[in-house]
Amino acid sequence: MTGASQTMQSSGPARDGKIADRLARKRRFQDHVVQGLCLFATAIGLAFLVLILATLLYLGMKGLSLGVFTTVTKPPGSNGGLLNAILGSLIQTGLGTAIGTPIGLLVGTYLAEYSAGSKLGDAVRFVSDVLLSAPSILIGLFVYTLLVTPFGGFSGWAGSVALAVIVIPIVVRTTEDMLRLIPVAMREAAVALGAPKWKSIVFICYRAARDGIATGVLLAIARIAGETAPLLFTSLGNLNWSVDLGKPMASLPVTIYQYAGSPFDDWVQLAWVAALLITFGVLALNVLARIVLRPRS
Amino acid sequence: MIFQALATGAGILVLVLLGAIIVSLLIGGLPAFRQFGVGFLTSADWDPVKQVFGSVVPIYGTIVTSILALVMAVPIAFGIAFWLTELAPNWLQRPVGIAVELLAAVPSIIYGMWGFFVIVPVMADYVQPFVIDLLGDAPWIGFLFQGPPFGTGIFTAALILGVMIIPFIAATMRDVFQTVPPVFKESAYGLGCTTWEVMRAIVIPYTRISVMGGIMLGLGRALGETMAVTFVIGNTNRISGSIFGPGNTIASLIALEFPESEVGSLKLASLMALGFLLFVISFIVLAISRMLLRTGART
Repeated sequence: MTGASQTMQSSGPARDGKIADRLARKRRFQDHVVQGLCLFATAIGLAFLVLILATLLYLGMKGLSLGVFTTVTKPPGSNGGLLNAILGSLIQTGLGTAIGTPIGLLVGTYLAEYSAGSKLGDAVRFVSDVLLSAPSILIGLFVYTLLVTPFGGFSGWAGSVALAVIVIPIVVRTTEDMLRLIPVAMREAAVALGAPKWKSIVFICYRAARDGIATGVLLAIARIAGETAPLLFTSLGNLNWSVDLGKPMASLPVTIYQYAGSPFDDWVQLAWVAALLITFGVLALNVLARIVLRPRS
Repeated sequence: MIFQALATGAGILVLVLLGAIIVSLLIGGLPAFRQFGVGFLTSADWDPVKQVFGSVVPIYGTIVTSILALVMAVPIAFGIAFWLTELAPNWLQRPVGIAVELLAAVPSIIYGMWGFFVIVPVMADYVQPFVIDLLGDAPWIGFLFQGPPFGTGIFTAALILGVMIIPFIAATMRDVFQTVPPVFKESAYGLGCTTWEVMRAIVIPYTRISVMGGIMLGLGRALGETMAVTFVIGNTNRISGSIFGPGNTIASLIALEFPESEVGSLKLASLMALGFLLFVISFIVLAISRMLLRTGART
Protein backbone atom coordinates (compact mmCIF):
# COMPACT_ATOMS: atom_id res chain seq x y z
CA MET A 1 0.00 0.00 0.00
CA THR A 2 2.69 2.50 1.00
CA GLY A 3 4.82 0.99 -1.73
CA ALA A 4 2.84 2.64 -4.51
CA SER A 5 4.46 6.08 -4.23
CA GLN A 6 7.97 4.64 -3.93
CA THR A 7 7.49 2.54 -7.04
CA MET A 8 6.39 5.61 -9.00
CA GLN A 9 9.67 7.43 -8.32
CA SER A 10 12.00 4.67 -9.42
CA SER A 11 12.83 3.95 -13.03
CA GLY A 12 12.85 0.70 -14.93
CA PRO A 13 10.85 -2.47 -14.35
CA ALA A 14 13.84 -4.38 -12.93
CA ARG A 15 14.34 -1.87 -10.17
CA ASP A 16 10.62 -1.75 -9.49
CA GLY A 17 10.65 -5.46 -8.96
CA LYS A 18 13.56 -5.29 -6.54
CA ILE A 19 11.91 -2.59 -4.41
CA ALA A 20 8.61 -4.45 -4.38
CA ASP A 21 10.48 -7.58 -3.33
CA ARG A 22 12.23 -5.82 -0.52
CA LEU A 23 8.98 -4.24 0.65
CA ALA A 24 7.15 -7.55 0.57
CA ARG A 25 9.96 -9.17 2.51
CA LYS A 26 9.84 -6.41 5.11
CA ARG A 27 6.08 -6.70 5.51
CA ARG A 28 6.26 -10.45 5.73
CA PHE A 29 9.08 -10.19 8.25
CA GLN A 30 7.07 -7.74 10.37
CA ASP A 31 4.11 -10.10 10.22
CA HIS A 32 6.24 -13.02 11.34
CA VAL A 33 7.67 -11.02 14.24
CA VAL A 34 4.20 -10.06 15.48
CA GLN A 35 2.91 -13.61 15.05
CA GLY A 36 5.88 -14.89 17.00
CA LEU A 37 5.26 -12.39 19.79
CA CYS A 38 1.60 -13.41 19.98
CA LEU A 39 2.52 -17.06 20.22
CA PHE A 40 5.00 -16.12 22.93
CA ALA A 41 2.30 -14.17 24.84
CA THR A 42 -0.05 -17.15 24.68
CA ALA A 43 2.75 -19.41 25.88
CA ILE A 44 3.36 -17.07 28.84
CA GLY A 45 -0.32 -17.13 29.79
CA LEU A 46 -0.46 -20.93 29.61
CA ALA A 47 2.86 -21.23 31.42
CA PHE A 48 1.45 -19.39 34.43
CA LEU A 49 -1.52 -21.77 34.58
CA VAL A 50 0.74 -24.84 34.29
CA LEU A 51 3.20 -23.43 36.83
CA ILE A 52 0.49 -22.74 39.40
CA LEU A 53 -1.13 -26.15 38.94
CA ALA A 54 2.23 -27.92 39.03
CA THR A 55 3.21 -26.16 42.27
CA LEU A 56 -0.12 -27.10 43.83
CA LEU A 57 0.17 -30.71 42.73
CA TYR A 58 3.79 -31.04 43.80
CA LEU A 59 3.40 -29.44 47.24
CA GLY A 60 -0.21 -30.44 47.87
CA MET A 61 0.12 -34.13 47.07
CA LYS A 62 2.87 -34.50 49.66
CA GLY A 63 0.43 -33.74 52.46
CA LEU A 64 -2.65 -35.42 51.02
CA SER A 65 -3.84 -38.31 53.18
CA LEU A 66 -7.07 -39.77 54.48
CA GLY A 67 -6.50 -37.97 57.77
CA VAL A 68 -6.99 -34.63 56.03
CA PHE A 69 -10.65 -35.53 55.43
CA THR A 70 -11.35 -37.21 58.77
CA THR A 71 -9.70 -34.97 61.38
CA VAL A 72 -10.42 -31.37 62.25
CA THR A 73 -7.84 -28.57 62.37
CA LYS A 74 -5.57 -28.91 65.39
CA PRO A 75 -2.76 -26.92 66.99
CA PRO A 76 0.57 -27.11 65.16
CA GLY A 77 2.50 -30.35 65.57
CA SER A 78 -0.49 -32.56 66.39
CA ASN A 79 -1.44 -34.03 63.03
CA GLY A 80 -4.59 -32.06 62.31
CA GLY A 81 -6.77 -32.29 59.23
CA LEU A 82 -9.17 -30.06 57.34
CA LEU A 83 -12.53 -31.71 58.03
CA ASN A 84 -14.18 -28.68 59.64
CA ALA A 85 -12.87 -26.35 56.94
CA ILE A 86 -14.12 -28.62 54.14
CA LEU A 87 -17.52 -28.98 55.79
CA GLY A 88 -17.71 -25.25 56.55
CA SER A 89 -16.92 -24.45 52.93
CA LEU A 90 -19.60 -26.87 51.71
CA ILE A 91 -22.21 -25.46 54.09
CA GLN A 92 -21.53 -21.80 53.37
CA THR A 93 -21.14 -22.29 49.62
CA GLY A 94 -24.34 -24.34 49.56
CA LEU A 95 -26.31 -21.82 51.59
CA GLY A 96 -24.91 -18.88 49.64
CA THR A 97 -25.95 -20.54 46.38
CA ALA A 98 -29.38 -21.44 47.80
CA ILE A 99 -30.03 -17.85 48.87
CA GLY A 100 -28.51 -16.11 45.86
CA THR A 101 -29.77 -18.29 43.00
CA PRO A 102 -33.56 -17.64 43.30
CA ILE A 103 -32.99 -13.90 43.61
CA GLY A 104 -30.59 -13.87 40.66
CA LEU A 105 -33.02 -15.97 38.63
CA LEU A 106 -35.88 -13.54 39.32
CA VAL A 107 -33.76 -10.49 38.49
CA GLY A 108 -32.56 -12.11 35.26
CA THR A 109 -36.17 -12.93 34.38
CA TYR A 110 -37.22 -9.35 35.09
CA LEU A 111 -34.46 -8.02 32.83
CA ALA A 112 -35.20 -10.39 29.95
CA GLU A 113 -39.00 -10.50 30.11
CA TYR A 114 -40.43 -7.44 31.81
CA SER A 115 -37.96 -4.58 31.52
CA ALA A 116 -38.03 -3.83 27.79
CA GLY A 117 -37.27 -0.16 27.26
CA SER A 118 -37.76 0.84 30.91
CA LYS A 119 -35.32 3.07 32.76
CA LEU A 120 -35.56 0.83 35.82
CA GLY A 121 -34.44 -2.15 33.74
CA ASP A 122 -31.40 -0.28 32.43
CA ALA A 123 -30.48 0.77 35.96
CA VAL A 124 -30.84 -2.77 37.33
CA ARG A 125 -28.74 -4.20 34.50
CA PHE A 126 -26.03 -1.58 35.03
CA VAL A 127 -25.91 -2.06 38.81
CA SER A 128 -25.86 -5.84 38.48
CA ASP A 129 -22.92 -5.60 36.07
CA VAL A 130 -21.06 -3.32 38.47
CA LEU A 131 -21.70 -5.72 41.36
CA LEU A 132 -20.31 -8.52 39.19
CA SER A 133 -16.85 -6.95 39.35
CA ALA A 134 -17.12 -5.03 42.62
CA PRO A 135 -14.32 -5.71 45.13
CA SER A 136 -15.48 -8.69 47.18
CA ILE A 137 -13.80 -7.42 50.33
CA LEU A 138 -16.27 -4.53 50.37
CA ILE A 139 -19.16 -6.99 50.29
CA GLY A 140 -17.55 -8.51 53.39
CA LEU A 141 -17.45 -5.09 55.08
CA PHE A 142 -21.08 -4.48 54.10
CA VAL A 143 -22.33 -7.77 55.55
CA TYR A 144 -20.20 -7.11 58.63
CA THR A 145 -22.14 -3.89 59.28
CA LEU A 146 -25.43 -5.53 58.31
CA LEU A 147 -25.25 -8.84 60.18
CA VAL A 148 -22.18 -9.10 62.40
CA THR A 149 -22.31 -5.88 64.44
CA PRO A 150 -26.08 -5.90 65.11
CA PHE A 151 -26.28 -9.60 65.99
CA GLY A 152 -23.27 -9.54 68.23
CA GLY A 153 -20.75 -11.74 66.45
CA PHE A 154 -19.31 -13.50 63.46
CA SER A 155 -21.47 -16.32 62.11
CA GLY A 156 -21.82 -18.87 59.35
CA TRP A 157 -25.03 -17.10 58.37
CA ALA A 158 -23.20 -13.84 57.73
CA GLY A 159 -20.62 -15.70 55.61
CA SER A 160 -23.37 -17.36 53.57
CA VAL A 161 -25.16 -14.05 52.98
CA ALA A 162 -21.91 -12.41 51.84
CA LEU A 163 -21.40 -15.25 49.35
CA ALA A 164 -25.04 -14.96 48.22
CA VAL A 165 -24.46 -11.30 47.34
CA ILE A 166 -21.66 -12.47 45.02
CA VAL A 167 -23.83 -15.20 43.48
CA ILE A 168 -26.69 -12.86 42.49
CA PRO A 169 -25.03 -10.85 39.67
CA ILE A 170 -23.45 -13.98 38.13
CA VAL A 171 -26.81 -15.76 37.93
CA VAL A 172 -28.50 -12.57 36.68
CA ARG A 173 -26.11 -12.28 33.75
CA THR A 174 -26.43 -15.88 32.51
CA THR A 175 -30.19 -16.04 33.14
CA GLU A 176 -30.87 -12.88 31.15
CA ASP A 177 -28.57 -13.95 28.30
CA MET A 178 -30.11 -17.43 28.14
CA LEU A 179 -33.74 -16.23 28.27
CA ARG A 180 -33.04 -13.82 25.44
CA LEU A 181 -31.98 -16.75 23.26
CA ILE A 182 -35.42 -18.40 23.52
CA PRO A 183 -37.20 -18.01 20.16
CA VAL A 184 -40.30 -15.77 20.14
CA ALA A 185 -42.22 -18.57 18.43
CA MET A 186 -42.06 -20.67 21.59
CA ARG A 187 -43.57 -17.90 23.70
CA GLU A 188 -46.24 -17.25 21.07
CA ALA A 189 -47.13 -20.92 21.06
CA ALA A 190 -47.64 -20.80 24.82
CA VAL A 191 -49.73 -17.64 24.59
CA ALA A 192 -51.81 -19.16 21.80
CA LEU A 193 -52.70 -22.02 24.13
CA GLY A 194 -53.99 -19.45 26.58
CA ALA A 195 -51.13 -19.65 29.03
CA PRO A 196 -50.55 -16.53 31.11
CA LYS A 197 -47.13 -14.94 30.78
CA TRP A 198 -45.78 -16.33 34.04
CA LYS A 199 -46.69 -19.85 32.97
CA SER A 200 -44.98 -19.44 29.62
CA ILE A 201 -41.85 -18.20 31.41
CA VAL A 202 -41.76 -20.82 34.15
CA PHE A 203 -42.82 -23.86 32.14
CA ILE A 204 -41.51 -23.03 28.67
CA CYS A 205 -38.65 -20.57 28.85
CA TYR A 206 -37.00 -21.86 32.04
CA ARG A 207 -37.12 -25.37 30.70
CA ALA A 208 -35.62 -24.38 27.37
CA ALA A 209 -32.91 -22.31 29.04
CA ARG A 210 -32.23 -24.87 31.75
CA ASP A 211 -28.73 -25.86 30.64
CA GLY A 212 -27.58 -22.27 30.29
CA ILE A 213 -28.96 -21.28 33.67
CA ALA A 214 -27.34 -24.34 35.25
CA THR A 215 -24.03 -23.21 33.76
CA GLY A 216 -24.43 -19.84 35.45
CA VAL A 217 -25.15 -21.47 38.80
CA LEU A 218 -22.14 -23.80 38.47
CA LEU A 219 -19.87 -20.85 37.65
CA ALA A 220 -21.28 -18.98 40.63
CA ILE A 221 -20.55 -21.94 42.93
CA ALA A 222 -17.03 -22.15 41.53
CA ARG A 223 -16.51 -18.45 42.17
CA ILE A 224 -17.72 -18.34 45.79
CA ALA A 225 -16.04 -21.61 46.77
CA GLY A 226 -12.67 -19.87 46.47
CA GLU A 227 -13.66 -16.48 47.92
CA THR A 228 -11.70 -15.47 50.99
CA ALA A 229 -12.03 -11.73 51.47
CA PRO A 230 -15.81 -11.63 52.08
CA LEU A 231 -15.53 -14.40 54.69
CA LEU A 232 -12.76 -12.78 56.75
CA PHE A 233 -15.13 -10.32 58.43
CA THR A 234 -18.30 -12.42 58.36
CA SER A 235 -17.74 -16.06 59.27
CA LEU A 236 -14.19 -15.30 60.45
CA GLY A 237 -12.95 -18.89 60.40
CA ASN A 238 -12.92 -21.33 63.27
CA LEU A 239 -10.16 -23.70 64.26
CA ASN A 240 -12.56 -25.87 66.27
CA TRP A 241 -15.26 -28.26 65.16
CA SER A 242 -18.48 -26.33 64.62
CA VAL A 243 -21.47 -26.71 62.34
CA ASP A 244 -23.50 -24.11 64.22
CA LEU A 245 -24.45 -21.42 61.71
CA GLY A 246 -24.84 -18.90 64.53
CA LYS A 247 -21.16 -19.20 65.43
CA PRO A 248 -17.93 -18.43 63.55
CA MET A 249 -17.40 -21.07 60.88
CA ALA A 250 -14.27 -22.43 59.23
CA SER A 251 -13.81 -22.52 55.46
CA LEU A 252 -11.06 -23.76 53.19
CA PRO A 253 -9.98 -20.35 51.82
CA VAL A 254 -9.82 -18.70 55.25
CA THR A 255 -7.94 -21.70 56.63
CA ILE A 256 -5.44 -21.33 53.78
CA TYR A 257 -5.04 -17.67 54.71
CA GLN A 258 -4.46 -18.47 58.39
CA TYR A 259 -2.17 -21.44 57.79
CA ALA A 260 -0.09 -20.19 54.86
CA GLY A 261 1.05 -17.15 56.81
CA SER A 262 1.93 -19.18 59.92
CA PRO A 263 5.50 -20.14 60.88
CA PHE A 264 4.61 -23.82 61.41
CA ASP A 265 5.67 -26.26 58.69
CA ASP A 266 2.79 -28.68 59.17
CA TRP A 267 0.26 -25.83 58.95
CA VAL A 268 1.86 -24.54 55.75
CA GLN A 269 1.76 -28.09 54.38
CA LEU A 270 -1.97 -28.31 55.19
CA ALA A 271 -2.49 -24.94 53.51
CA TRP A 272 -1.03 -26.42 50.31
CA VAL A 273 -3.36 -29.40 50.59
CA ALA A 274 -6.31 -27.08 51.08
CA ALA A 275 -5.15 -25.00 48.10
CA LEU A 276 -4.92 -28.15 45.98
CA LEU A 277 -8.43 -29.26 46.98
CA ILE A 278 -10.08 -25.89 46.42
CA THR A 279 -8.33 -25.15 43.12
CA PHE A 280 -9.03 -28.50 41.52
CA GLY A 281 -12.59 -28.42 42.85
CA VAL A 282 -13.12 -24.98 41.32
CA LEU A 283 -11.48 -25.90 37.99
CA ALA A 284 -13.52 -29.12 37.80
CA LEU A 285 -16.72 -27.11 38.28
CA ASN A 286 -15.62 -24.74 35.52
CA VAL A 287 -14.90 -27.56 33.10
CA LEU A 288 -18.21 -29.21 34.04
CA ALA A 289 -20.05 -25.94 33.42
CA ARG A 290 -18.55 -25.73 29.93
CA ILE A 291 -19.50 -29.32 29.15
CA VAL A 292 -23.08 -28.68 30.31
CA LEU A 293 -23.38 -25.64 28.07
CA ARG A 294 -21.81 -27.20 25.02
CA PRO A 295 -24.49 -29.47 23.48
CA ARG A 296 -27.04 -26.67 23.04
CA SER A 297 -24.82 -23.78 22.04
CA MET B 1 -49.14 -10.34 37.82
CA ILE B 2 -47.77 -11.72 41.06
CA PHE B 3 -44.84 -13.21 39.19
CA GLN B 4 -44.12 -9.91 37.48
CA ALA B 5 -44.26 -8.10 40.79
CA LEU B 6 -41.90 -10.66 42.30
CA ALA B 7 -39.41 -10.32 39.44
CA THR B 8 -39.59 -6.51 39.49
CA GLY B 9 -39.18 -6.59 43.25
CA ALA B 10 -36.04 -8.69 42.88
CA GLY B 11 -34.73 -6.17 40.35
CA ILE B 12 -35.33 -3.33 42.78
CA LEU B 13 -33.62 -5.40 45.49
CA VAL B 14 -30.41 -5.30 43.43
CA LEU B 15 -30.58 -1.50 43.34
CA VAL B 16 -31.25 -1.43 47.08
CA LEU B 17 -28.28 -3.76 47.60
CA LEU B 18 -25.88 -1.40 45.86
CA GLY B 19 -27.35 1.56 47.75
CA ALA B 20 -27.03 -0.31 51.04
CA ILE B 21 -23.40 -1.18 50.38
CA ILE B 22 -22.53 2.46 49.68
CA VAL B 23 -24.53 3.78 52.63
CA SER B 24 -23.15 1.22 55.10
CA LEU B 25 -19.56 2.04 54.11
CA LEU B 26 -20.27 5.77 54.27
CA ILE B 27 -21.92 5.57 57.69
CA GLY B 28 -19.18 3.28 58.97
CA GLY B 29 -16.54 5.71 57.76
CA LEU B 30 -18.34 8.87 58.89
CA PRO B 31 -16.44 9.23 62.21
CA ALA B 32 -13.16 9.23 60.28
CA PHE B 33 -14.37 11.75 57.70
CA ARG B 34 -15.71 13.95 60.52
CA GLN B 35 -12.51 13.71 62.57
CA PHE B 36 -10.03 14.35 59.76
CA GLY B 37 -12.14 16.17 57.18
CA VAL B 38 -10.34 16.74 53.89
CA GLY B 39 -7.14 15.77 55.70
CA PHE B 40 -8.18 12.13 55.38
CA LEU B 41 -7.68 12.46 51.62
CA THR B 42 -4.41 14.41 51.79
CA SER B 43 -2.57 12.92 54.76
CA ALA B 44 0.00 10.19 54.32
CA ASP B 45 0.04 9.26 58.01
CA TRP B 46 -1.35 5.96 59.20
CA ASP B 47 -0.47 5.76 62.85
CA PRO B 48 -2.69 3.70 65.16
CA VAL B 49 -0.64 4.74 68.19
CA LYS B 50 -1.25 8.46 67.67
CA GLN B 51 -4.72 7.77 66.27
CA VAL B 52 -3.93 9.64 63.06
CA PHE B 53 -5.20 8.15 59.83
CA GLY B 54 -4.85 9.32 56.24
CA SER B 55 -5.61 7.63 52.94
CA VAL B 56 -2.78 8.77 50.68
CA VAL B 57 -0.49 5.73 51.10
CA PRO B 58 -3.06 3.00 50.42
CA ILE B 59 -4.62 4.97 47.55
CA TYR B 60 -1.16 5.48 46.03
CA GLY B 61 -0.41 1.76 46.43
CA THR B 62 -3.75 0.75 44.92
CA ILE B 63 -3.34 2.95 41.87
CA VAL B 64 0.36 2.24 41.25
CA THR B 65 0.02 -1.56 41.55
CA SER B 66 -3.06 -1.54 39.30
CA ILE B 67 -1.48 0.63 36.60
CA LEU B 68 1.75 -1.42 36.66
CA ALA B 69 -0.35 -4.58 36.44
CA LEU B 70 -2.13 -3.17 33.38
CA VAL B 71 1.17 -2.27 31.73
CA MET B 72 2.29 -5.88 32.09
CA ALA B 73 -1.05 -7.55 31.34
CA VAL B 74 -2.37 -5.60 28.35
CA PRO B 75 0.32 -6.58 25.79
CA ILE B 76 0.13 -10.24 26.80
CA ALA B 77 -3.67 -10.24 26.83
CA PHE B 78 -3.65 -8.61 23.40
CA GLY B 79 -1.23 -11.23 22.09
CA ILE B 80 -3.40 -14.04 23.42
CA ALA B 81 -6.58 -12.55 21.96
CA PHE B 82 -4.90 -11.95 18.59
CA TRP B 83 -3.46 -15.45 18.54
CA LEU B 84 -6.80 -17.04 19.49
CA THR B 85 -8.87 -15.15 16.91
CA GLU B 86 -6.55 -14.94 13.91
CA LEU B 87 -3.59 -17.27 14.20
CA ALA B 88 -4.48 -20.40 16.15
CA PRO B 89 -5.32 -23.57 14.25
CA ASN B 90 -9.00 -24.44 14.68
CA TRP B 91 -8.47 -27.48 16.84
CA LEU B 92 -6.39 -25.45 19.33
CA GLN B 93 -8.73 -22.48 19.69
CA ARG B 94 -11.17 -24.10 22.09
CA PRO B 95 -8.75 -25.84 24.46
CA VAL B 96 -6.43 -22.83 24.70
CA GLY B 97 -9.42 -20.52 25.13
CA ILE B 98 -10.70 -22.68 27.99
CA ALA B 99 -7.23 -22.82 29.57
CA VAL B 100 -7.10 -19.02 29.60
CA GLU B 101 -10.57 -18.91 31.16
CA LEU B 102 -9.42 -21.38 33.82
CA LEU B 103 -6.62 -18.97 34.69
CA ALA B 104 -9.41 -16.53 35.59
CA ALA B 105 -11.14 -19.17 37.70
CA VAL B 106 -8.19 -19.88 40.00
CA PRO B 107 -9.17 -18.33 43.36
CA SER B 108 -7.27 -15.18 44.26
CA ILE B 109 -5.93 -16.61 47.52
CA ILE B 110 -4.15 -19.28 45.47
CA TYR B 111 -2.44 -16.52 43.48
CA GLY B 112 -1.45 -14.91 46.76
CA MET B 113 -0.05 -18.09 48.26
CA TRP B 114 1.72 -19.07 45.05
CA GLY B 115 3.15 -15.57 44.73
CA PHE B 116 4.37 -15.64 48.33
CA PHE B 117 6.07 -19.04 48.17
CA VAL B 118 7.20 -19.15 44.53
CA ILE B 119 7.52 -15.64 43.06
CA VAL B 120 8.81 -13.77 46.11
CA PRO B 121 11.96 -15.93 46.55
CA VAL B 122 12.73 -15.67 42.81
CA MET B 123 12.29 -11.90 43.04
CA ALA B 124 14.45 -11.57 46.14
CA ASP B 125 17.28 -13.86 44.98
CA TYR B 126 17.51 -13.15 41.26
CA VAL B 127 15.31 -10.51 39.65
CA GLN B 128 15.55 -7.64 42.11
CA PRO B 129 19.31 -7.82 42.87
CA PHE B 130 19.98 -7.98 39.12
CA VAL B 131 17.75 -5.02 38.24
CA ILE B 132 18.95 -2.97 41.23
CA ASP B 133 22.57 -3.56 40.14
CA LEU B 134 21.77 -2.76 36.54
CA LEU B 135 19.52 0.29 36.88
CA GLY B 136 19.86 1.43 40.50
CA ASP B 137 22.54 3.98 39.63
CA ALA B 138 21.12 5.02 36.30
CA PRO B 139 20.48 8.77 35.96
CA TRP B 140 16.89 10.05 36.20
CA ILE B 141 15.18 6.69 36.67
CA GLY B 142 17.62 5.12 39.13
CA PHE B 143 15.57 5.93 42.24
CA LEU B 144 12.75 3.71 40.92
CA PHE B 145 14.92 0.64 41.30
CA GLN B 146 16.79 1.23 44.54
CA GLY B 147 16.50 -0.29 47.99
CA PRO B 148 17.04 -3.74 49.48
CA PRO B 149 15.65 -6.73 47.53
CA PHE B 150 12.91 -7.90 49.90
CA GLY B 151 11.13 -9.89 47.23
CA THR B 152 7.78 -8.53 48.40
CA GLY B 153 6.58 -5.06 47.51
CA ILE B 154 4.76 -2.95 44.95
CA PHE B 155 6.33 -4.58 41.89
CA THR B 156 5.70 -8.17 43.00
CA ALA B 157 2.09 -7.31 43.86
CA ALA B 158 1.66 -5.72 40.43
CA LEU B 159 3.13 -8.79 38.75
CA ILE B 160 0.69 -11.14 40.50
CA LEU B 161 -2.18 -8.74 39.75
CA GLY B 162 -1.07 -8.64 36.13
CA VAL B 163 -1.21 -12.42 35.82
CA MET B 164 -4.66 -12.40 37.43
CA ILE B 165 -6.20 -9.85 35.06
CA ILE B 166 -4.66 -11.24 31.84
CA PRO B 167 -7.54 -13.71 31.33
CA PHE B 168 -10.24 -11.07 31.92
CA ILE B 169 -8.77 -8.66 29.39
CA ALA B 170 -7.88 -11.41 26.92
CA ALA B 171 -11.40 -12.91 27.04
CA THR B 172 -13.04 -9.51 26.44
CA MET B 173 -10.65 -8.69 23.60
CA ARG B 174 -11.20 -12.09 21.98
CA ASP B 175 -14.97 -11.64 22.13
CA VAL B 176 -14.88 -8.18 20.57
CA PHE B 177 -12.33 -9.19 17.91
CA GLN B 178 -14.79 -11.86 16.86
CA THR B 179 -17.49 -9.25 16.24
CA VAL B 180 -15.61 -7.77 13.28
CA PRO B 181 -17.59 -8.69 10.15
CA PRO B 182 -15.57 -11.25 8.12
CA VAL B 183 -16.24 -9.25 4.94
CA PHE B 184 -14.07 -6.38 6.24
CA LYS B 185 -11.19 -8.67 7.01
CA GLU B 186 -11.54 -10.65 3.79
CA SER B 187 -11.47 -7.53 1.66
CA ALA B 188 -8.26 -6.45 3.39
CA TYR B 189 -6.73 -9.88 2.83
CA GLY B 190 -7.92 -9.61 -0.77
CA LEU B 191 -5.84 -6.44 -1.15
CA GLY B 192 -2.82 -8.43 -0.05
CA CYS B 193 -2.59 -7.39 3.58
CA THR B 194 -0.68 -9.57 6.01
CA THR B 195 -2.43 -10.83 9.15
CA TRP B 196 -0.81 -8.12 11.25
CA GLU B 197 -1.83 -5.42 8.77
CA VAL B 198 -5.42 -6.65 8.88
CA MET B 199 -5.24 -6.49 12.67
CA ARG B 200 -3.80 -2.99 12.69
CA ALA B 201 -5.85 -1.46 9.91
CA ILE B 202 -9.19 -3.24 10.31
CA VAL B 203 -9.71 -5.08 13.58
CA ILE B 204 -8.18 -2.59 16.05
CA PRO B 205 -9.85 0.52 14.62
CA TYR B 206 -13.17 -1.33 14.44
CA THR B 207 -13.03 -2.55 18.05
CA ARG B 208 -10.97 0.10 19.82
CA ILE B 209 -13.80 1.39 22.04
CA SER B 210 -14.65 -2.10 23.29
CA VAL B 211 -10.96 -2.91 23.72
CA MET B 212 -10.65 0.13 25.99
CA GLY B 213 -13.70 -1.14 27.86
CA GLY B 214 -12.03 -4.51 28.37
CA ILE B 215 -8.88 -2.85 29.69
CA MET B 216 -10.94 -0.75 32.11
CA LEU B 217 -12.67 -3.94 33.27
CA GLY B 218 -9.25 -5.41 34.05
CA LEU B 219 -8.33 -2.21 35.90
CA GLY B 220 -11.52 -2.44 37.94
CA ARG B 221 -10.62 -5.99 38.92
CA ALA B 222 -7.07 -5.06 39.86
CA LEU B 223 -8.11 -2.12 42.05
CA GLY B 224 -10.20 -4.19 44.43
CA GLU B 225 -8.20 -7.41 44.48
CA THR B 226 -7.43 -8.37 48.06
CA MET B 227 -6.01 -11.76 48.90
CA ALA B 228 -3.41 -11.98 46.14
CA VAL B 229 -2.00 -8.58 47.07
CA THR B 230 -2.14 -9.06 50.84
CA PHE B 231 0.41 -11.88 50.70
CA VAL B 232 3.07 -10.05 48.69
CA ILE B 233 2.67 -6.28 49.14
CA GLY B 234 4.98 -6.02 52.17
CA ASN B 235 2.42 -4.24 54.36
CA THR B 236 4.14 -0.94 55.04
CA ASN B 237 2.25 2.30 55.51
CA ARG B 238 4.58 4.74 53.84
CA ILE B 239 5.31 5.63 50.25
CA SER B 240 8.55 4.28 48.90
CA GLY B 241 9.95 5.83 45.75
CA SER B 242 11.26 2.52 44.48
CA ILE B 243 8.91 0.12 42.73
CA PHE B 244 10.58 -2.68 44.69
CA GLY B 245 9.70 -1.00 47.98
CA PRO B 246 6.93 -2.35 50.22
CA GLY B 247 3.56 -0.64 50.43
CA ASN B 248 -0.12 -1.27 50.94
CA THR B 249 -3.29 -1.12 48.91
CA ILE B 250 -6.70 -0.15 50.25
CA ALA B 251 -7.93 -3.73 50.07
CA SER B 252 -4.81 -5.28 51.64
CA LEU B 253 -4.79 -2.69 54.44
CA ILE B 254 -8.43 -3.50 55.25
CA ALA B 255 -7.78 -7.25 55.18
CA LEU B 256 -4.69 -6.95 57.39
CA GLU B 257 -5.81 -4.40 59.96
CA PHE B 258 -9.55 -4.95 60.23
CA PRO B 259 -9.26 -8.06 62.45
CA GLU B 260 -7.18 -6.12 64.96
CA SER B 261 -9.47 -3.08 65.14
CA GLU B 262 -11.88 -2.67 68.00
CA VAL B 263 -15.56 -2.09 67.39
CA GLY B 264 -16.30 1.63 67.48
CA SER B 265 -12.65 2.65 67.21
CA LEU B 266 -11.43 5.45 64.99
CA LYS B 267 -9.25 2.93 63.15
CA LEU B 268 -12.25 0.81 62.20
CA ALA B 269 -14.02 3.93 60.97
CA SER B 270 -10.94 4.88 58.94
CA LEU B 271 -10.86 1.43 57.34
CA MET B 272 -14.57 1.76 56.49
CA ALA B 273 -13.86 5.19 55.02
CA LEU B 274 -11.10 3.64 52.90
CA GLY B 275 -13.58 0.98 51.80
CA PHE B 276 -15.95 3.75 50.76
CA LEU B 277 -13.20 5.44 48.70
CA LEU B 278 -12.31 2.11 47.06
CA PHE B 279 -15.95 1.58 46.18
CA VAL B 280 -16.20 5.03 44.62
CA ILE B 281 -12.99 4.50 42.58
CA SER B 282 -13.96 1.04 41.32
CA PHE B 283 -17.54 2.15 40.65
CA ILE B 284 -16.29 4.94 38.39
CA VAL B 285 -13.84 2.64 36.56
CA LEU B 286 -16.42 -0.13 36.12
CA ALA B 287 -19.07 2.36 34.99
CA ILE B 288 -16.71 3.73 32.32
CA SER B 289 -15.89 0.17 31.29
CA ARG B 290 -19.61 -0.69 30.90
CA MET B 291 -20.24 2.47 28.92
CA LEU B 292 -17.34 1.79 26.55
CA LEU B 293 -18.30 -1.85 26.07
CA ARG B 294 -21.90 -0.93 25.33
CA THR B 295 -20.99 1.93 22.97
CA GLY B 296 -18.54 -0.39 21.24
CA ALA B 297 -21.18 -3.09 20.82
CA ARG B 298 -23.63 -0.66 19.24
CA THR B 299 -21.40 0.71 16.50
